[in-house]
Amino acid sequence: MEEQKPLKKNPLSMQLDLSKFSEETFKAATDEEKRQQDVMGESTTFFKDGMRKLFKNPLAVMSIVVIVLILLIITFAPMIVPYKYEEILSVNGVRDKGAKNLAPFKYSQLEQEYIDNGGSRFPHLFGTDEQCRDYFIRVVYGTRISFFIGFFASIIVLIIGMLYGSISGYLGGKVDLVMMRIVDIIYSLPDMLMIILLSVVLNEVLKFSSGSLLAKLGTNMVSLFIVFGLLYWVGMARLIRGQILSIKENEYILAAKSIGTKPGRIIRKHILPNCLSVIIISTALQIPSAIFTESFLSFVGIGVKAPMPSLGSLANAAREGLQSYPYKLIFPAIVICLIVLSLNLLGDGLRDAFDPKLKR
Amino acid sequence: MGKYIVKRILLAILTVFIICLITFFLMHAVPGGPFNKEKALSQATIEALNARYNLDKPVWQQFLLYMRNLFKGDFGVSLKNGREITKIIGEAFPISAKLGVSAMIVALFLGTVFGSTAALMRNKLPDRLIVFFSTLFTAVPSFILATLLLLLFCIKLKWVPVWDANSNNYVLPVIALSAYPMAYITRLSKTSMLDALSQDYIRTARAKGVSKFKMIFKHALRNSLIPVITYAGPQIAYIITGSMVIETIFTVGGLGSKFVTAITNRDYTMIMATTIFLATLMVIANLICDLLYKLVDPRIKYD
Repeated sequence: MEEQKPLKKNPLSMQLDLSKFSEETFKAATDEEKRQQDVMGESTTFFKDGMRKLFKNPLAVMSIVVIVLILLIITFAPMIVPYKYEEILSVNGVRDKGAKNLAPFKYSQLEQEYIDNGGSRFPHLFGTDEQCRDYFIRVVYGTRISFFIGFFASIIVLIIGMLYGSISGYLGGKVDLVMMRIVDIIYSLPDMLMIILLSVVLNEVLKFSSGSLLAKLGTNMVSLFIVFGLLYWVGMARLIRGQILSIKENEYILAAKSIGTKPGRIIRKHILPNCLSVIIISTALQIPSAIFTESFLSFVGIGVKAPMPSLGSLANAAREGLQSYPYKLIFPAIVICLIVLSLNLLGDGLRDAFDPKLKR
Repeated sequence: MGKYIVKRILLAILTVFIICLITFFLMHAVPGGPFNKEKALSQATIEALNARYNLDKPVWQQFLLYMRNLFKGDFGVSLKNGREITKIIGEAFPISAKLGVSAMIVALFLGTVFGSTAALMRNKLPDRLIVFFSTLFTAVPSFILATLLLLLFCIKLKWVPVWDANSNNYVLPVIALSAYPMAYITRLSKTSMLDALSQDYIRTARAKGVSKFKMIFKHALRNSLIPVITYAGPQIAYIITGSMVIETIFTVGGLGSKFVTAITNRDYTMIMATTIFLATLMVIANLICDLLYKLVDPRIKYD
């Protein structure tokens, strides 16, 4: 076929000159090209949005790193360091009497001889204490105890406070009034004094059969948890009640009620998820306060039981030889400050990231 | 207003009563009587002693007797040294009060100064420094700060003598005790100052050409102080418990250190008396702060 000669274009014609466009122009857009036109961001959930904000906050990220580091150390250090927290140092089965109050990274005479004879000895990273025990491992166990107490005390507070607060807030009326009066009274009790009092008494009253886990923890620890369970939940209960009172008025609760959903299910499925962020934040802030309380009680002398160390009791014991061995105070002090500081900063970061009231 | 005050006072009295109740019955739940000594006393002696201290009566009668004595200002006798507890408190409390009140004044004054400075110089160097230190000091337990201060200034630098009965220097204990409240009040007054500065009345004052000095002190600062007052109540509780460790560390012979000694010695009557005394003090302090708060801020409704 003879090639068609392009017609001369009439200057007044509105017709498009197709020859100027290539085939490419009329191809269907690929998915990738279509996406370029999207002006919307990726759809995000409340949780994802919060996490994104949290990770943009350098202080929060730093505190997460510090907490994770400390957690890693206290998990793995006891596997690496060949000493135990209650173990009095000995070389080849002979009690090492010279290993008293060693400075960090120093060896006792006996150990030095042992090393000179070709033996190997794990260094005392933080030195040793006055009873010839490796101080590093004691600080590690003390940190474990502090974390353990902080975590479980917050869980106890969370569970009791959540149950009490949600029942009181959901039922409302007279039940709420009575329940909140009880909370008011407990709230106005001076908590620290009551804790000291209860610990003193529970110490005498509680007796555990030796060998059980509770006996190992010591009555002081158990009474500490009891005290937290008895007194500290009121703040959480108040908070959750307030949240529930405002959430309860929403239409979706009315809708759920109208189709005959049971109150328990409404609380679990509709109300609690909506106040989750507030609950998480205040639990996160509860942990450092529990650690504070524990170290205070250990310092006063009603903390964890003797061979078991806690950061507070280590700092207290360090007062004895403060002039000669200041490092024994410095190490637990640094650890406790790091933990509390980073947990506080993380809590603040969580609040900034998750509290919808602060959203601009 | 009147109804509110009456209600608050009644609640405070109820709280004090409950504290007495809890304290008394907890202390009586402890097994073993006060006369269980290593050297066994004869049955007749024990009975005579029990009768002397009314320990043979039922517990509720003992409680009523105890309460009656409390109203007379009689806290009973210390189990360990046999001295009258009222006298011990009378001697030790002024020392603690001096320490606590100075710490509170320092914390309130410096806290507001630092907080307002930080708010006025927002995002500048002083603000950054103040925020850094106030965040740091809220994370240091008072006993650690106190021990570190003792180590640094008494033992290493020897600037301040270690406390003894003759030369009592309150500087270090006050610093240690006021650090945490000061840091907290700094943060609090910074936020409330920022809040006050963004209010309409500040803009109006500026537009009218009020001097900066007058604007800050007359308009902004006065309004930003209100939240600080609310916080002063709980802070007194902190200072009272904090003084226990601080006094023990600096060996100040105040009520706090007496309380800690009583705990270590298991001196139950002393523990009971001190708890009731301190708790009542806290309840009263809280009550005053609450009432003051409503008085200062007329916008608050009485529920």
